[in-house]
Amino acid sequence: MLTLSNRKKVMEQEKLSFSEKLYLPVIAKGLLITIKHLFKRKATIKYPEQTREFAKVYRGHHVLKRDEQGRENCTACGLCAVACPAEAITIVAAERKPGEEHLYREEKYAASYDINMLRCIFCGLCEEACPKDAIYLTDRIVETEYEREDFIYGKDKLVEKIDQRIDVSKRKIKSEFYQPIKN
Amino acid sequence: MGGFLLSKTILIVIIFVITLVIAMYSTILERKFAAWLQDRIGPNRTGPGGILQPLADGVKMFMKEEIIPANAHKFLFIMGPMLAMTTALMASVVIPWGKSLKIGDFVMDLQVADLNIGILYVFGVVSIGVYGIMIGGWASNNKFSLLGALRASSQMISYELAMSLSLVAVIMSTGTLSMGEIAAQQSGWHWNVFTQPLSFIIFIICAFAETNRTPFDLPECETELIGGYHTEYSSMGLGFYLFAEYINMFISSAVMATIFFGGYNMPFLDQLGLAPNVEALIGTAFFFGKIAFFILFFMWVRWTIPRFRYDQLMNLGWKVMIPLALVNILITGSVLILRDHFNF
Repeated sequence: MLTLSNRKKVMEQEKLSFSEKLYLPVIAKGLLITIKHLFKRKATIKYPEQTREFAKVYRGHHVLKRDEQGRENCTACGLCAVACPAEAITIVAAERKPGEEHLYREEKYAASYDINMLRCIFCGLCEEACPKDAIYLTDRIVETEYEREDFIYGKDKLVEKIDQRIDVSKRKIKSEFYQPIKN
Repeated sequence: MGGFLLSKTILIVIIFVITLVIAMYSTILERKFAAWLQDRIGPNRTGPGGILQPLADGVKMFMKEEIIPANAHKFLFIMGPMLAMTTALMASVVIPWGKSLKIGDFVMDLQVADLNIGILYVFGVVSIGVYGIMIGGWASNNKFSLLGALRASSQMISYELAMSLSLVAVIMSTGTLSMGEIAAQQSGWHWNVFTQPLSFIIFIICAFAETNRTPFDLPECETELIGGYHTEYSSMGLGFYLFAEYINMFISSAVMATIFFGGYNMPFLDQLGLAPNVEALIGTAFFFGKIAFFILFFMWVRWTIPRFRYDQLMNLGWKVMIPLALVNILITGSVLILRDHFNF
């Protein structure tokens, strides 16, 4: 029969063969398929004991870096907060007092630096925007908490400890296609 | 007489404990086996490899609040799971677990009661088991429960018919209804499955329907009826129903192993020349191996075949299973008569 669109297909269900009507041979076939999976490698990773290897460019928990002399790099310029598409970063700037030169590298510093980890989308734009080498995303996982407030990370969680430096060399290796703007 | 009572009591307690432990560990095995067939690992957090999981589940079941719906018939609602559990446990009485042990002068049979109507007894007890499900589903005053109960009773009654008919052929060829004698007849390789293969296939399919296992788990199918007859149950009431299912699985595996796969008989065991007691115990262990195989087979099928539609289930039962069983009886009868006539 000719139809308007000429795309109509008459589907005809094939009649079952004798062995299919018997059910049992087909069931045996199915049983063989399932039993094969008994000996296959399991896909499960037993999480807390085993961990999956992270990608080299994994973007997790942020860190605020210090320089070699242990002074905070951040000057509270606010470029990261401007760059942040999720508006997760809040900075309050302050002026360095005399006698604090060993704490902060430049005259201005971040009195408070908060990242809301629930808003953060871990895009890494803050890291790209930072002119002072201060903020990096690391391969650490943001831990789970019970309260929403606990996800707002302050400087206590973000700034690296002097005796426990965090390695960000992986993040500093840029892709070969990445050409930083030189001035 | 005292020794008789004592030995039977000990045997009953041992069988009771073994049944419960096997049913308990069937739950974890089921989950593990399902996981393995699906390329997963399965529960592995409680105890080494997850072997304490059944205990954790049991504690959870006991601790939960027992809820009886306001409009439920209270007496029947409580009666349902009790009945299901009791009947599930009762069937193990006639199963011969092994050859008799000789302790000094005393002979201890590893069978609680060798009734001369053993097979009839099993069927009688199993058919009471339907009432547990039916009463529970009906008393819940819930349409899903009622639907589940309806399905359960009609399914179990129709498949019981085919099941009994399939065994009639075995009874004809063995000439006895006693489970102990049927097991004893199958020494060596004279297993009934070789003389009655059709009967075995019908029996195992009906056993799946009787125990409400996939592909015939219509009474409790989650996707259609929430939980079927146990939708309204919580705490240990639910636990009893789930437990009864696993006990039923164990018992029907044991019945299958006894009637068709030689029970405690192990081929070539009598040629090793072991002490009779050791031989009996090895036979018992072999019997449990057969049971374990059937339990695994139940699970294996569960994770392979999808559920039947209800009309397909009824078609299969009434239009395929029962005629096949009748034909099987006819063939067996003819062969028996011919054998008598021609003496071969």
